[in-house]
Amino acid sequence: MSKLLSDIVTIQEVKQETPSVTTLIFNHRYAAKPGQFVMVWIPGIDEVPMALSAPDAISVQAIGDATMALSSMKVGEKIGIRGPFGNGFSLAKRVLCVGGGVGLAPLRMIASNCDEALYLIGGRDQSELLYLNELMSNPAVTIKAATDNGTYGHHGFVTELIALSDPDSFDAICVCGPEMMMKNAYLAFEACGVVNRVQFSIHRYMKCGAGVCGSCCMDPHGYRVCTDGPVFYAYELGDEFGEYHRDAAGRRVKG
Amino acid sequence: MHPTQYNLPTDSNTSHFFLQRPSNLVIGGVPLRNHLILAAGVLGTCGSSLARILRLGAGGVVTKSIGPEPREGHAGPCFYQMEGGVLNAMGLPNPSKEFVQELKDLTGEPVIISIFGGNPGEFAEVASWFLDRACAFELNVSCPHAEGYGAQIGSNPELVHACTRAVAALGKPVWVKLTPNVTDICAIGLAAEQGGAAALVAINTVKALRISIPLQRPVLGHGIGGLSGPAIFPIALRCVFELHAACSIPIIGCGGISSADDVREMMLAGASAVEIGSAVLESVTIFNDIVSELYVSEENDPDMGIDAALIVGGAHV
Repeated sequence: MSKLLSDIVTIQEVKQETPSVTTLIFNHRYAAKPGQFVMVWIPGIDEVPMALSAPDAISVQAIGDATMALSSMKVGEKIGIRGPFGNGFSLAKRVLCVGGGVGLAPLRMIASNCDEALYLIGGRDQSELLYLNELMSNPAVTIKAATDNGTYGHHGFVTELIALSDPDSFDAICVCGPEMMMKNAYLAFEACGVVNRVQFSIHRYMKCGAGVCGSCCMDPHGYRVCTDGPVFYAYELGDEFGEYHRDAAGRRVKG
Repeated sequence: MHPTQYNLPTDSNTSHFFLQRPSNLVIGGVPLRNHLILAAGVLGTCGSSLARILRLGAGGVVTKSIGPEPREGHAGPCFYQMEGGVLNAMGLPNPSKEFVQELKDLTGEPVIISIFGGNPGEFAEVASWFLDRACAFELNVSCPHAEGYGAQIGSNPELVHACTRAVAALGKPVWVKLTPNVTDICAIGLAAEQGGAAALVAINTVKALRISIPLQRPVLGHGIGGLSGPAIFPIALRCVFELHAACSIPIIGCGGISSADDVREMMLAGASAVEIGSAVLESVTIFNDIVSELYVSEENDPDMGIDAALIVGGAHV
């Protein structure tokens, strides 16, 4: 209990990645593994868990009060950061990443932490394909994209690209996105016979982020998403995954 | 009698005594697997987490505090970690009656339901939902940061007496968790005892504050919170010591316990068992870790070691 895990950082750059996702770059770099997260304090609003999308950045989609406030923050403003927390992805030489929407955020650092990566990325339309240009400019990265409306790449779900991508040939497989998308990815990898070595980055409501309060615990094993996760192998998940989660009060909510 | 009067198996490097491995242990009306209980508000939000902590060696578990209405709790930050302790202001988040479904796989397990309310009637109503599931109820009259609940009840002896009596009337053992944020904790403990409590739990968090200098505001969303962890262990120990002298029902020591020696010290002060909370921050295996250092090892004769009941209050010389 001797670690002091709280910093106040200043936003140095705000980058509009897509119409719905903003990256905030701050004046402190964290020694974090891809897939680890921080608790972000927006003074006067709330504190929320966010994946580090770079050692000194988070990428935010405005969904609730906290992420809305974060998305409208300006250079020079201050936020609190606790962490990094969680386990992060286990990486290897050749990595397959499957990401949907802002779920690409925790997958972003994998590109610079492996020899070779194939990114399957999905979004509503071409403008919502997160980090598309940045990843395309990385010689270690190959991209296959899917859009809901067919404006770029495959017309349909990103998970439909899994079976076409020889998943068994990769040393590590990492998935993050909306939970229904991840459930579909689970089923696609299961059909390919490789699901038990697929790593899923799970999002749950959190209060402490440090493994104490229990608000992010998942059924059926009681694992804490903040500390035992947020990255879980498929065999560590169970009946809660893709079916329900718990809200701030601890009530079960479908979907 | 003082424990050193016994011929005890001790570690060669220390003067620690080891306890007999527990069998048929009942404290405050609750059958426990050992003397180490998961404290309320820690990893107790869902049934699967409570079951995991039991698998990881806890002798019993106390749930998240459940109240008359669902609450989402305070805006964050709810938690702040510092040297020697943790500051929190969760704000009693709970799913209220829906929590009953979390307990369906815990039938027969040593589960104590923590409950809170704003008056005796609310306490009794919440307790009535869990009569089929609870080994006992722990009344939260001690949360320091929720307006109208917790310590606002627990600093008033008449209200503590009335709430205890209202829940005890339902026929299950009632533990009352006390706040240290009072002038005389014994007056509150005696009120609970006279109201029919089966045990006292001491203590809940100590009212506390930290401020962010660069942001010039409290580090918690709620401002004031409750301090837990090793920083409050001496306060908890003092409260248990005082209560043991004043009251006759068992005391469950709670507050900053993170080692087998902390348990020994709590028992010498007067605790019949202990609750452990913030120490899961270091490791979720804390219960098994302490078990392996507190009791005589499996290889030894189970009758070796000292009966814990003979240690309790041993420091009252």
